[in-house]
Amino acid sequence: MRRPRLVDGARLQYDDVRGEHVLLIPEGAVRLNETAAQVLELCDGRTLDEITAVLSARYEGMSVQSDVCELVDAMGERGLVIDAAT
Amino acid sequence: MPPPRPYTLVAELSYRCPLRCPYCSNPLDIGADRYRAELEGEHWMRVFHEARALGVLQLALTGGEPMLRRDLDDLVAAGRDAGLYSTLVTGATLFTRERAERLKEAGLDHVQVSIQSPDPEENDRIAGNRSFEKKIAAARVARQLGFPLTINCVLHRQNLDRIEEILRLTEELDAQRLELANTQYYGWAVVNQQALSPTREQLESGEAAVKRFRERVGPRITVLWVLPDYHEDLPKPCMGGWARTTVVIAPNGDALPCQAAATIPDLEFPNVRDRPLDWIWHEADAFTRFRGTEWMQEPCRSCPLGRQEEDWGGCRCQALRLTGDARATDPVCRFSPHHDLVVSAREPGKTDEFVYRTMRRPRRPARV
Repeated sequence: MRRPRLVDGARLQYDDVRGEHVLLIPEGAVRLNETAAQVLELCDGRTLDEITAVLSARYEGMSVQSDVCELVDAMGERGLVIDAAT
Repeated sequence: MPPPRPYTLVAELSYRCPLRCPYCSNPLDIGADRYRAELEGEHWMRVFHEARALGVLQLALTGGEPMLRRDLDDLVAAGRDAGLYSTLVTGATLFTRERAERLKEAGLDHVQVSIQSPDPEENDRIAGNRSFEKKIAAARVARQLGFPLTINCVLHRQNLDRIEEILRLTEELDAQRLELANTQYYGWAVVNQQALSPTREQLESGEAAVKRFRERVGPRITVLWVLPDYHEDLPKPCMGGWARTTVVIAPNGDALPCQAAATIPDLEFPNVRDRPLDWIWHEADAFTRFRGTEWMQEPCRSCPLGRQEEDWGGCRCQALRLTGDARATDPVCRFSPHHDLVVSAREPGKTDEFVYRTMRRPRRPARV
């Protein structure tokens, strides 16, 4: 996936009642940990490299590439993230 | 143990509806005086905020036909303002481009359009209203405006053979989800059971068609396929368990743990005009009575499969309707002493004639 973006109608939100991030989708909610929420927030059509660069800078140069790819692929398999490049 | 937090608020905005589907999940007495006074917009808006504070994330705006509410745009905006993800569950005969644009503007997240059949004439016959063309136009408008779209089709003997056509239509309309709900016998479906109950062969070929479709299409389109209870031998966790995931508010403000709960005669339902939702969820007898496992009788109490917290005893309304006791094990369960009632009801029905949903009193009362 080159330019991952959330599918139509998916919305990120912080659930302040349960104290966790969620991805709201038609008639469902996917609970997210902090990292996943940060990655998905950047899935707006920019390239995977750009997403990785932003996060890497945020975490002081730590290598995040494999984590990002893994998460994006997993979300893609569930139909929650699609490739804006295709 | 504190009760779980609900995820979904089902807001039945009105029982009025242009369609007359013979399996409508609304109560048989929708025409009764107690449903005449619909909640004011301000009540709904308060309820949306109370629901979010309780943990609700999903708001289903349904009915009857929710688009008959003149203040629907304001209600949608209030739902968004409260932090809820909103779905409009509509028959779609009123979903014009102009209204759809206003709903989009107001912050509606998702549209669910019902079809009664993929065949225009059959759709109109089942819906009791000339509506197919409007539904298709509505589905296209929804996609043009960028709404995620769910197509929902209630399945029964008279449309199950068209499952391939339903799947094709869903793909052609660019829907993201398809809900194929085999008729469960609540509300008007109880009166029409003879005209609705499918054959085993229909269910099997339907399921196979869904499987092939899923393999071909992948995650692009989610297909929900719900096997009817009567053809299973272990119960489903009805509503995810009594008062565990969902709050239903009827048009008059009555709060229920599920759409069919009003059929349980000795339950008294609190009204959101009188009580905050937090009290209703935690304190009201109608919500606490069958929550958890304490209320269970045998064979649930000593379930040989240890499924008490998996299926939560199945459906209370079905238990009542088939055994006369709302505390009984759901007779779908093979360990229920009443399971034979479910087995014998698997026989396909003997008439194709429908008793249509009406807000007038039904001509013949529901068999109990």
